[in-house]
Amino acid sequence: MHSRARITALSATAACLALALTACGSGGSDNAGVEGETGTEDVTLSVGTFNEFGYEELFTEYEELNPNVTIEHKKAATSNEARDNLTTRLAAGSGLSDIEGIEVDWLPELLEYPDQFADLSDPAVEGRWLDWKTAAATTEDGQLIGYGTDAGPQGVCYRADLFEKAGLPSDRESVAEMLDGSWQDYFDAGKKFVAASGGTAWFDSAGATYQGMINQVQNAYEDNDGTLIATENPDVKDIYEQVLQASVTDGLSAHLTQWEDDWVASFQSDAFATKLCPGWMLGVIEGNAEGVEGWDIADVFPGGGGNWGGSYLTVPTQGANQAEAKKLAEWLTAPEQQVKAFESKGTFPSQVEALESDALLGQTNAFFNDAPTGEILANRATAVEVTPFKGPKYFAVNDAMQQALTRVDVDKTDDPASSWEKFVTAVGAL
Amino acid sequence: MAVTDRVQTPPPNTNQRASRDKSVKRLAFSQKVSKWDVKLSPYLYISPFFVLFAITGLFPLAYTAWVSLHSWNLIGGQGKFTGLENYEFVLAQPFFWNAVGNTFSIFLLSSVPQVVLAIAIAAVLDANLRAKTFWRMGVLVPFVVAPVAVGLIFNNLFADQAGLFNELLTGMGLDPVRWHSDSLASHTAIATMVNFRWTGYNALIFLAAMQAIPRDVYEAATIDGAGRLRQFFSVTVPMLRPTIIFVVITATIGGLQIFDEARVFDQAGLGGADRQWQTLTMYIWELGWGQRNFGRASAVAWLLFLIIVLIAMANFLITRRIATQGGRR
Repeated sequence: MHSRARITALSATAACLALALTACGSGGSDNAGVEGETGTEDVTLSVGTFNEFGYEELFTEYEELNPNVTIEHKKAATSNEARDNLTTRLAAGSGLSDIEGIEVDWLPELLEYPDQFADLSDPAVEGRWLDWKTAAATTEDGQLIGYGTDAGPQGVCYRADLFEKAGLPSDRESVAEMLDGSWQDYFDAGKKFVAASGGTAWFDSAGATYQGMINQVQNAYEDNDGTLIATENPDVKDIYEQVLQASVTDGLSAHLTQWEDDWVASFQSDAFATKLCPGWMLGVIEGNAEGVEGWDIADVFPGGGGNWGGSYLTVPTQGANQAEAKKLAEWLTAPEQQVKAFESKGTFPSQVEALESDALLGQTNAFFNDAPTGEILANRATAVEVTPFKGPKYFAVNDAMQQALTRVDVDKTDDPASSWEKFVTAVGAL
Repeated sequence: MAVTDRVQTPPPNTNQRASRDKSVKRLAFSQKVSKWDVKLSPYLYISPFFVLFAITGLFPLAYTAWVSLHSWNLIGGQGKFTGLENYEFVLAQPFFWNAVGNTFSIFLLSSVPQVVLAIAIAAVLDANLRAKTFWRMGVLVPFVVAPVAVGLIFNNLFADQAGLFNELLTGMGLDPVRWHSDSLASHTAIATMVNFRWTGYNALIFLAAMQAIPRDVYEAATIDGAGRLRQFFSVTVPMLRPTIIFVVITATIGGLQIFDEARVFDQAGLGGADRQWQTLTMYIWELGWGQRNFGRASAVAWLLFLIIVLIAMANFLITRRIATQGGRR
């Protein structure tokens, strides 16, 4: 009795194996893992996200489309929490979700360990995203480790009321025209503004402005082979000097550090008139500047387009259900779904087709003087030309640079020259 | 086999003797057990702590030493053996020595006023008050607040332009203090957060010790004509010495490991643009989680451990001297 049961079990296992093998053999080549190939085995897929990806309703929809799939959503409160979770579990070699959401900033580090992530490149998704969005998640030998979700194309937010008071054009078309061109044009307009503003600065922070500029440099801190060039690169030094010239010498900066209490409070006190703003910053401004009227957004970004932030979905190779996970990630990041996520939580899409959707293009924002924010940000997304190379030391160098700028712009403990010296020392210690 | 055979077939006549033998054996055995019981049990009773300590204290300590001798990445893990290279590198960094200075400065600014204030508060609480329990619970409330919450509140108060403290100062016609750019000012601000949190806790420890001082000592002092202040300095403080030693040593260890309050003092959490308030633990954090270099971070962690051991020993020697002098008098 006992042995017979055993034989039955064995043969059943063998049959299962054989079936699985043939299924793989036939399905692999012609049916490139998109729709139609719904598995029949019951699987539970865990998806790790943070903040708001806007996926709650999409998960229900996917479960209805694929009755064999159960999705388990693990949502971290902050991206830092999600990042700590990801890195420690990568190091431990187990415990990650089948799909892990990551932020664009984490990519340089994760790209160093491509064998930890399934290769998601697939003919079915070619051309789905804006080129720079995909390029940032691709290794040098062509492995795609993440499917793009949202993006952070930047425009210029400004205070129309303060512009008007200072005698500058204030409707968004003329402002876009005035600020179109190089950063020097942006600073020149600022000088005009500050001369007439009676104490209001042109922009909020030297560090934030620098960030907009350095993101337009292909190889700012490192060569493609990872060699540190930050301290010798003339572009870096040039941007550093330009920003400090504008901030301190010309007095265009409000001398604030982004996210600090002073910065948050400054939205209520007319401290500055313009601010570089990615799509997700609109909500931040609206929250901080509650009750302040006059904010608007212009369809322009000095020195060409710029992107700040955005996320991806990855499939770690630790997972047991990589094929099913990949299918779900692929579905979630398809243009139709991303538009739904945008409607649900305002995450701005990075998919080419989604940028043309009516739901997106028709969006306006009441706080920003009813500006057509969907259309403006879609234009801004297509204007991005450069994907800055961010190697393993990018963030440490950038932190040191931000501190160098803060020493001169906010703390006033150093002049540009001595602060640069400290920056060189700090980079040397990496 | 042989043993079981003998048990199975006992000689019928020796039944009595066997049972007596057994009882003797049992007695011997129980005596042996009780002897072992006396010798071993105390160690067994206390062993859970040491087993736990070996797992959660000793092993990490040894493993950190092992990591500090290698190049080691957070995700990539163990690299090649580098010997003392990490230590050499770290000791040559100005950031390391800056962090040592900051740590000591914040530690002194927090623990000295803390101990003095705590004794004073304890003395007041020890007096005959109405609603004693209410006041005693009251001093512990700040301790219950999470350090990060304390950080958020105090950050708001200490903001350079919009903060309450600077608004008060400018309102009085004084210059605002540059809390986030002046080194000493930032240390004072952070020490304030630490003091806010820990003074009440230490006050309760002192209070407990004060209650243990025999009341007849005070009665005798009163009869001798000593006033309240005189009683405090000549009776209370000397009798508190062992407690003071305890509080000073725990405050030292805690103070040298200060992290939360300094880390939440600004958004970047790196200790200021010019590292004005970067402490040693924050430097460890920067090396480990910022630069992902666990080898160097572990080296700093071990150096911090050695510093704490040194300070604790110095502390112990000094306070013991003070304590024995007190005893002799």
